[in-house]
Amino acid sequence: MNATIEAPIETVSEENDSLMTTGPDFASHPEAFRARQQAAWGKFESTAMPTRTDETWRFADVKSLSLAPFTRAEVLGDDEQAALLKRSAGLAETSGRMVFANDQLIGRDLHGDALRAKGVLWLPMEQAIAEQAELIEKHFMRESGVLGSAKFAALHESQVKAGTFLYVPRGVEIALPVETFHWLSGEGASVFPHTLIIAEENAKVTLVDYFQSVGDEAGFACGVNDIVVGSGARVTYVAVQDWSRKTLAFHLNTTTVARDASALALRLNLGGARVRDEAVSRLCGPGGRSDMLSISAAEGEQIFDQRTLQIHEAPNTSSDLLYKNSLNDKARTIFTGLIRVDEGAHKTDAYQKVRNLLLSDEAEANSAPGLEIEADDVRCTHGATSGQVDMEEIFYLQSRGIPLRLAHQLVTFGFLNEVIERLPGEPLQQKLRELLHGKLG
Amino acid sequence: MSLEIRNLHARIAANGTEILRGLDLTVEAGKVHAIMGPNGSGKSTLSKVLGGHPDYEVTEGEVLLDGVNVLGMEPDVRSRAGLFLAFQYPMEIPGVSNANFLRAALQARLPEGEELEATDYYARLYEKMDMLEMDRKFTARSVNDGFSGGEKKRNEILQMLMLEPKYAILDETDSGLDIDALKIVSSGVNAMRGPGRGFLVITHYQRLLDYIVPDVVHVLVGGRIEHTGGKELALELEAKGYDWIKDDIAQAVSA
Repeated sequence: MNATIEAPIETVSEENDSLMTTGPDFASHPEAFRARQQAAWGKFESTAMPTRTDETWRFADVKSLSLAPFTRAEVLGDDEQAALLKRSAGLAETSGRMVFANDQLIGRDLHGDALRAKGVLWLPMEQAIAEQAELIEKHFMRESGVLGSAKFAALHESQVKAGTFLYVPRGVEIALPVETFHWLSGEGASVFPHTLIIAEENAKVTLVDYFQSVGDEAGFACGVNDIVVGSGARVTYVAVQDWSRKTLAFHLNTTTVARDASALALRLNLGGARVRDEAVSRLCGPGGRSDMLSISAAEGEQIFDQRTLQIHEAPNTSSDLLYKNSLNDKARTIFTGLIRVDEGAHKTDAYQKVRNLLLSDEAEANSAPGLEIEADDVRCTHGATSGQVDMEEIFYLQSRGIPLRLAHQLVTFGFLNEVIERLPGEPLQQKLRELLHGKLG
Repeated sequence: MSLEIRNLHARIAANGTEILRGLDLTVEAGKVHAIMGPNGSGKSTLSKVLGGHPDYEVTEGEVLLDGVNVLGMEPDVRSRAGLFLAFQYPMEIPGVSNANFLRAALQARLPEGEELEATDYYARLYEKMDMLEMDRKFTARSVNDGFSGGEKKRNEILQMLMLEPKYAILDETDSGLDIDALKIVSSGVNAMRGPGRGFLVITHYQRLLDYIVPDVVHVLVGGRIEHTGGKELALELEAKGYDWIKDDIAQAVSA
């Protein structure tokens, strides 16, 4: 029987649902925070989309930045949530795990006592915003999007509710890593994951974020992570980015390093169609150190667009940036970076190195490292290189019986693995190697 | 059973310069042959051509490994067929651990779907490393990355011990070795000598042949084997140099 459907087809204007017009997501946030979100929304609306002539968008493909196709993500059903909890597998041993799906907290597991240690606050962002007004006021998004994505930082601020808030009080060391999983599901769905790590004096902690899509739909992710490292504290932060190959993603990071403190952040870029990373490290206390590491295994038509800033405000500080990209097929990577040494920041040690391994004639890497030095007696080096696989290395591997394709994979893996070797802790290194192997085939 | 090189002609692919000009040589399984010769005679080219290096083009001749011509094979296929080349200058592969590299090489020899047994593999690896007095930490270090000259050569011999080739070509394995390392490397080679395996030892100096005593010594001049003799020939070359062979050739040509 063919019944004609008489009911009028509901015509939902895309405009109404679109992120462009959705307004702030107040969630259960308190009034004061809502005012902040409202202001951020105003900024988002009034800030123009980037154009190619903007210095911070040099080399970039700004045409693909339209947010019109994206809407807020919907809450997933129970079965899907249960399946995602199972898929949220990271390291064998951790201190705890939070799992978010479409910006909703779906799981939170505490392993051992480390996170119960005196005064540690390990909360989903929404709860932290409600309960920790003072810390939020002091540390939440103090300077985001300064490298060109102010519009997207404002959008994030107006929509934020998911992610990890981790406050480690003075002298507390959390030996095993803390993990957070962010899942994105649904055509056109968008998420706004946030990570805020505050390590007080001599605290120590490692946090791993995993960003993944459930399926292969096109989505939008606009994440911000802020790391505040107090005097003598040590923070390791790893972000594994494996969004779907149709996803547009922003990841905006700021790290602030106080006296004798050290921060090490590593990004592993596997997924995404077009990914914009911005990373700022501010060294504001003498003896501080920041390691900024990134690995991008680009293939197909993926574009990884990375902008960095190393700011040395205090003397005797060091920063070491190492970004490595492998580029296959028609992939593109873009890097512009700046080391800024302020007046009085003597004895600064700053490094910035970008290396591109071109695996195809059609791949394209643009790199523009930069320096701006206002102090005396500093040691700064920067440089970018692009090259192909050394055929002598390939011959050597082949001469041991390793087939050509595998030889190329091994050399590419080794090139990127050199960055993984900079991470502390063998289990974490091993996990990233597995993920990298998965991408390289 | 033999590695038979017949009338081998090879040139540099980029500029057409002919280096090997009709080289004939047969290494029988169970024998150690040495090739000596002055600089520029084609010694290293021979090893690279046998290994299948893309910088060289073979224009004439055959290389038969137990009767099968390997010249059309890719370098990895030649390796799996039983040919091993110890490099004069082993390559560094940053970021790839020695253990994973060797594992990949052994895995490539297994039938599709079969996995290398990890416990046995490490047991064997450690045994061979002990034989070569190599520290266990070399398993985790990147292939040859930051190794000294001697460590690189030991690593070449380790690979040979693990891969157990039918025919091994050692290209100036003695260069860069002090006397202690030379003894260790030689003992590794000697441990592999046996009826089923042939060696072609390429060297500039007689010294190595005190430790790896050859059955046959050849002199390579101008891309051809110009003289063949027993192990005493090496001593004669050490004492008299290569000029007398060159003079012989000159006389033969003018006669």
